[in-house]
Amino acid sequence: MSLPVANAKVPTQSFSGALGDRLFVVGGKLLLLAFLCVAVLMPLLAIFWRGFTPVAGGGWMAAKELLASDNFHWLLGNSLKVSFSVAGIVVPVAYLFAYALQRTLIPGKAVWRGISLLPLLAPSMLPGIALVYLFGNQGWLRGLVADNIYGFWGIVLGEAIYTFPHALMILLSALSLADARLFDAASSMGASPWRAYRSITWPATRQAVFAAFCLVFTLTITDFGVPVVVGGDYQVLALEAYKAVVGQQQFGRGALIGMVLLLPALLSFAVDAWLRRRHGEAMSGRAQVFRPAPSRLRDGCYLALVLLVCAALLLVVGMAVYSSLVKFWPYNLSLSLVHYRFDTTAGGGWLAYSNSVKMALGTALIGSAVIFTGAYLMEKTQGLRRLNLLLRLLSFVPMAVPGLVLGLGYVFFFNLGGNPLHLFYGTMTLLVVCTIAHYMTTAQMTATTALRQLDGEFEAAALSLKAPLYRHYLRVTVPICLPALLDIIRYLFVSAMTTVSAAIFLYSPDTILAAVAVLNMDDAGNVGGAAAMSTLILLTSAAMSVLLAWASRGLLRRSQAWRQGAPGH
Amino acid sequence: MNTINTPGARMAVRGIHKRFGAFTALDDVSLDVAAGELVCLLGPSGCGKTTLLRCIAGLERQDRGQLFIGDRDVSLLPPQARDYGILFQSYALFPNLSVEANIAYGLAGLSREETRKRVGDMLELVGLLGSERKFPGQLSGGQQQRVALARALAPAPSLLLLDEPMSALDARVREHLCTELRQLQRQLGITTLMVTHNQDEAMLMADRIAVMNNGQVEQYASAQEIYDKPATPFVAEFVGQGNWLPFQRSSDSHARVGGMDMRLAPDASRAHSGRLFCRPEAISVNPTVHEENLFPARVREITFLGNRCRMSFEFNQFPGHALLAEVAPESMPRLGSPDIWVALPPRSLQVFA
Repeated sequence: MSLPVANAKVPTQSFSGALGDRLFVVGGKLLLLAFLCVAVLMPLLAIFWRGFTPVAGGGWMAAKELLASDNFHWLLGNSLKVSFSVAGIVVPVAYLFAYALQRTLIPGKAVWRGISLLPLLAPSMLPGIALVYLFGNQGWLRGLVADNIYGFWGIVLGEAIYTFPHALMILLSALSLADARLFDAASSMGASPWRAYRSITWPATRQAVFAAFCLVFTLTITDFGVPVVVGGDYQVLALEAYKAVVGQQQFGRGALIGMVLLLPALLSFAVDAWLRRRHGEAMSGRAQVFRPAPSRLRDGCYLALVLLVCAALLLVVGMAVYSSLVKFWPYNLSLSLVHYRFDTTAGGGWLAYSNSVKMALGTALIGSAVIFTGAYLMEKTQGLRRLNLLLRLLSFVPMAVPGLVLGLGYVFFFNLGGNPLHLFYGTMTLLVVCTIAHYMTTAQMTATTALRQLDGEFEAAALSLKAPLYRHYLRVTVPICLPALLDIIRYLFVSAMTTVSAAIFLYSPDTILAAVAVLNMDDAGNVGGAAAMSTLILLTSAAMSVLLAWASRGLLRRSQAWRQGAPGH
Repeated sequence: MNTINTPGARMAVRGIHKRFGAFTALDDVSLDVAAGELVCLLGPSGCGKTTLLRCIAGLERQDRGQLFIGDRDVSLLPPQARDYGILFQSYALFPNLSVEANIAYGLAGLSREETRKRVGDMLELVGLLGSERKFPGQLSGGQQQRVALARALAPAPSLLLLDEPMSALDARVREHLCTELRQLQRQLGITTLMVTHNQDEAMLMADRIAVMNNGQVEQYASAQEIYDKPATPFVAEFVGQGNWLPFQRSSDSHARVGGMDMRLAPDASRAHSGRLFCRPEAISVNPTVHEENLFPARVREITFLGNRCRMSFEFNQFPGHALLAEVAPESMPRLGSPDIWVALPPRSLQVFA
């Protein structure tokens, strides 16, 4: 049989495409390396350099003095007490909450999950502000607490609410995977539910419990948003570092405390990585999805707990929103928008809000492009093995570096005498770079997971068809991974809207951010304004999340034709 | 009417070495494939067959050695510059692109009209005309394979690489698709290299088979030669079934096996001792005419396999050593008692040192 087509060779892409690919792969990786060096590595090194240089409260002698001083011991003791208490409260509650959502048949799971993640959408000051309105000197529920809320319990409660969703997300994903066959085997051998839990569920989730504990501990010990609002005279290390740098220009002292705060994060990161390697993959590909059997007593208990937690969270968030609308707490409870007239008050106002939105959009768009492309190059292209390893290693560093420490590093690095990058200090560019660097590890893990689900031969197929790799990336990889990409955009946007820890050191009067304005207004005694700005941040984050979720759903519907049973996906 | 393909180019592999850490994946492999020929790389997993294919495709870089497609030395060229099409085990069809867009993926520099015509021709070639607008996820496994094949052939490459193309398919459609693929390959005359671990597929399709083991080509010959005259014990063992008998040479023409003296073919190897190899179907059971090497034996077990019977037996003079023979079911009635006579014709005995 002969077939109708040209005798001559069908023209295909010329292989100058190979050169373009090389530029895309090698150039992309080198750019990423440069970014990681400037945005992560150098600032970290600058902290050590600053901490051990004997000026402005730094150096070996100062370090010895600091570590030996009673004041430091008091601060450290406070920080440890608070952090252990918060982790001790949050992790068990979050575990039960996650268990209720994943392993029981309580109604309304989507609603509870949505409510439980609300604190993620607001800066860490919001729970503090709400607590002031609830239990402060003129608080609504003032009678319920013996003393006032300022101090240890204020910080613990505020941090508990702020860190709860972070712990919950880890535990939700750990409890989402269960192999029904194991439970069938256990019950066929006559094991009680408690025994089955101890021998199946607990071993599979204890590592996540440890990870959640470490995360809550690290978030708490490095956060100063809550202590600054409800700490009162109860001082903690994070606040001290902030005051040393911002208030007293004691850069060396700030760097030393920063290093101390880096320790728990580094330690837990190392132990977590070690456990992960030992643990290995628990779920086999042939696992069957576990479906809980109905049990009225169990579901009733869990529902009560879930309702209690959600009520507490709603009370706190609702109180912040409500207080922002009250004219003059507690004397004139009529509602008005007077606290939203930011132009009449100090602290940044609408400029801060519009800066935050700009910063968040920049972080989300540039960050997702950089992080996703970087993850693609690391996952799907070969060669440059050492460079790949270095990139992988460096992009895991931000996970172990608290925002406060990263921000301090930026202060030191970009203010270094003779650093040509100094001209970026205080600019929006630097804020965007810092925020991307701060949140990149989580975003990159999302990207990597999505990319690993793709057929490993896609790139080889594209190369054999002489298609340039960057075109393949844009035409095939990105469209398939678009839901994950939208998820990364949402995560980066919300994180950028709410972050204060690093940004507090980096803004200038022109680039002040909304979350920083919250802090400043609260500091100036304008708690109503702070509540209003927090509410605005919450609403903006929520609106963006809803918008992206809606876009993602529309996208999935439109691409349903090929997503169903698509090969290699 | 013109033909769809450019004539296939010959392909040559010269002294390829490839190591992964301490593991030697390819150890001095050389292979020549004539223009238009279909060659199968056959071997167990880990033998290096897929690594060799990926080296030819430019997806792995060999440590040493040269690769030629046509007269071009492509050893150091990137995959885009090598001029081949490849069909992956998973097909690697792009799920978000329609069948049409998948096939047109490697076509550049053609007008919209020419592209559509080319895609139509390719779909006609693989018998899927009318599926242009469908997505890969809406096709069956066999149809996906055809689309992937059409995509690989659309840019008219001079070499086609197939990586375990049948392994994702149902056993029932496999044989049919093998035959079809072979027909298509003949009709296009495209030089083809196929990797498989399935000897039936290799025998069904290949002009020549390269049996690989431990990173080396053990034998490179036609299917028949590989079956009848395995060059190494590995090939004998890997392709088909066989019996092994340890021997000591007793004279120029005879070998001692257990308590028996067996006559060997005059051109057999002169090895002093070693193993004799014999295919189960070459053994005759209770022959009606006199045959050489006829010895008493005892049946241990008979398994009915439909078109043939498999019989396990042991020689009276070599007890404890089970052998297999395959006999036609119609000769079974003659096996009244478990005591039988078995002949191993000298021609069927191959000597390995």
